[in-house]
Amino acid sequence: MRGLGKYLYQSESIVKLLKRFGFLLMMLFVTAQSFALDAQQRFPKPEFATGYAQPATTSPSPRFLLLEYLDIFVLLAALSVVTWFVLKKRSRKGVFWTSVFSLLYFGFYREGCICSIGAIQNMVLGVVDNTYKIPLTAFVFFLLPLVFSLFFGRTFCAGVCPLGAIQDIIVIKPIELPKWLQKVLGLIPYLYLGLAVLFVATKSEFIICRYDPFVGLFRFDAPFHMMMLGILFLATGLFVARPYCRFFCPYGVLLGWMSRFSSNHMTITPAACIQCKLCANSCPFGAINEPVVETGKRHSNVNRMITYFILLPLWTGIGGLAGSMVHVPLSHYNKTVYLAEQLIEHPELKDDQKNIDIRTFLTSGKTTTQLIAEADAIRHQFYIGGWLLGGFMGFVIGTGLIRLSAFRRRDDWETDKTNCLSCARCMEFCPVKRDEDGKITINER
Amino acid sequence: MSTDNLPKKMDRRRLIKNGMQLTLGLSLVSIAGWSAFKSTSDRLVWQLDPFKCVQCGRCAKECVMTPSAVKCVHAFNLCGYCDLCGGYLKPDPNARTTAAENQLCPTAAIKRKYIEDPYFEYEIDEALCIGCAKCVAGCTSFGNGSLHLQVRHDRCKNCNECAIARVCPAEAFQRVPISSPYLIKGGFTKGKNG
Ligand code: SF4
Ligand code: SF4
Ligand code: SF4
Ligand code: SF4
Repeated sequence: MRGLGKYLYQSESIVKLLKRFGFLLMMLFVTAQSFALDAQQRFPKPEFATGYAQPATTSPSPRFLLLEYLDIFVLLAALSVVTWFVLKKRSRKGVFWTSVFSLLYFGFYREGCICSIGAIQNMVLGVVDNTYKIPLTAFVFFLLPLVFSLFFGRTFCAGVCPLGAIQDIIVIKPIELPKWLQKVLGLIPYLYLGLAVLFVATKSEFIICRYDPFVGLFRFDAPFHMMMLGILFLATGLFVARPYCRFFCPYGVLLGWMSRFSSNHMTITPAACIQCKLCANSCPFGAINEPVVETGKRHSNVNRMITYFILLPLWTGIGGLAGSMVHVPLSHYNKTVYLAEQLIEHPELKDDQKNIDIRTFLTSGKTTTQLIAEADAIRHQFYIGGWLLGGFMGFVIGTGLIRLSAFRRRDDWETDKTNCLSCARCMEFCPVKRDEDGKITINER
Repeated sequence: MSTDNLPKKMDRRRLIKNGMQLTLGLSLVSIAGWSAFKSTSDRLVWQLDPFKCVQCGRCAKECVMTPSAVKCVHAFNLCGYCDLCGGYLKPDPNARTTAAENQLCPTAAIKRKYIEDPYFEYEIDEALCIGCAKCVAGCTSFGNGSLHLQVRHDRCKNCNECAIARVCPAEAFQRVPISSPYLIKGGFTKGKNG
């Protein structure tokens, strides 16, 4: 009986041990052979005569999982609050203080990670990598601002995004860029978005995270060049308001698509526009459209638009071709492709004792043929991706042209819903006011 | 163009807008539905597999933190408590003493403690360790390999993509569930595998 009990006890503890170190044990079995060869227990652990107590190997825990859920809660709360300030209270002050809070919480306290912009990459990785499970936080951070945007416009940009907030509070003396320049620079986010997706889809890297210009400022710690980039963005941001948001942010593209068709987007005026033009220059981001009447002959305008429509596939095709042509240089940024290329072009590097990557590869047991086959497969992905990315850019440019030529009658001063960041600045300039009980007054000046 | 077909035009515009909103809404819903299958409520954190690590030294340089969030840890169970420690002393030490010029560690982060003749305990002062893997290389090639690197989660920012993972030549970095965030060497005790 006692024997059985002991046996049970032992097997139970073995099960426990297995559970605890199951993974490690497995790994040890797998590596046991190679391990036995080069790093076996050369010097057995001694039996100590003096009652020596061996210290434990510590393993400090990561941030508590519940706190991750707190992040989700704070995101939802901040989004709700700022939307309420924009749409119901029409209060710039409220928006401002929400953005200060978000900057402190998501920026300086959470140190800029996780953020919605970077979460794009987790979503894409979830698509291309079957073994990857998207963390709940990443998924919610990706989706929630888009949902809000689809109904209320980009209130996320107004007061929740820490990257937006750090740029917004330093908008001191915004200058207006020429419209054409804004349009051209406005193409960069599409390219950035496309590249980010391409690099994740080929399992190369997360470029949005790597080149996040502000995360170093949030952490007071970054490589020198990234710190400089952050400072450069902020310095530019003194004059060109929120440059990252308008001319780089890949998530802004998605938010813009949603916001464009949003049903309850904020309006400059709470009632009817009285055409006073006071708001005309109030938007630091150039996101206010003036009234337009049709110029030129309607017939020729329509014709031009039809031509652009017909040309759309052509733009897409040209773009795709161009994209496919740059797939080789693009693929250099994948480390497998780069390594294979180095080995083919500079075989002498095999003897270079200092080249860590090649040394490691040579000792890894993988053959050069295997490596080249892998690199070829990845390069092929870049080829397909190049077509898609280029086609996408061509399509974006084509539709941009259609939109430019499409005539849209506009009677009042209105926000450009795609690019409006819902910051609520323009509302302050509008002399039409609505008070608590919904009464409309017009401030005469 | 007469003004009385204006409302009709507005109606059409509204219709397109509502249709687009619905389409976008539905696509968000389907993304949400799909992600619900793909997502995990367990969070993932970065960890490096000490058996893959080749001690290249990039852990010290590439981490977004200075000093690196990767530190050397000691699996005491694997240690031989040697006097002549391959991880502690330079290959060709002048004398077997604690003098700084004899130590392999550039920051003197390894504390050597006399236990009993002829055994010494080696413990890492993580505040000093920069994760350069010099001692790991020494211990792995001359000793038992009980010194090894780990991402320390009290310091790691858990970047969306670990900056070291991107450049690790041995592809030693992987995402592991937060519930088992370490890959600490262990399992060898005296007598086994000896
Ligand atoms: S545009 Fe991008 S960076 Fe700017 S506030 Fe919006 S999500 Fe943030
Ligand atoms: S980068 Fe990789 S191989 Fe180099 S020391 Fe770190 S884990 Fe080891
Ligand atoms: S040699 Fe390098 S890795 Fe080892 S304890 Fe010193 S600083 Fe840390
Ligand atoms: S996840 Fe970030 S902080 Fe952690 S080890 Fe990697 S680079 Fe360093």
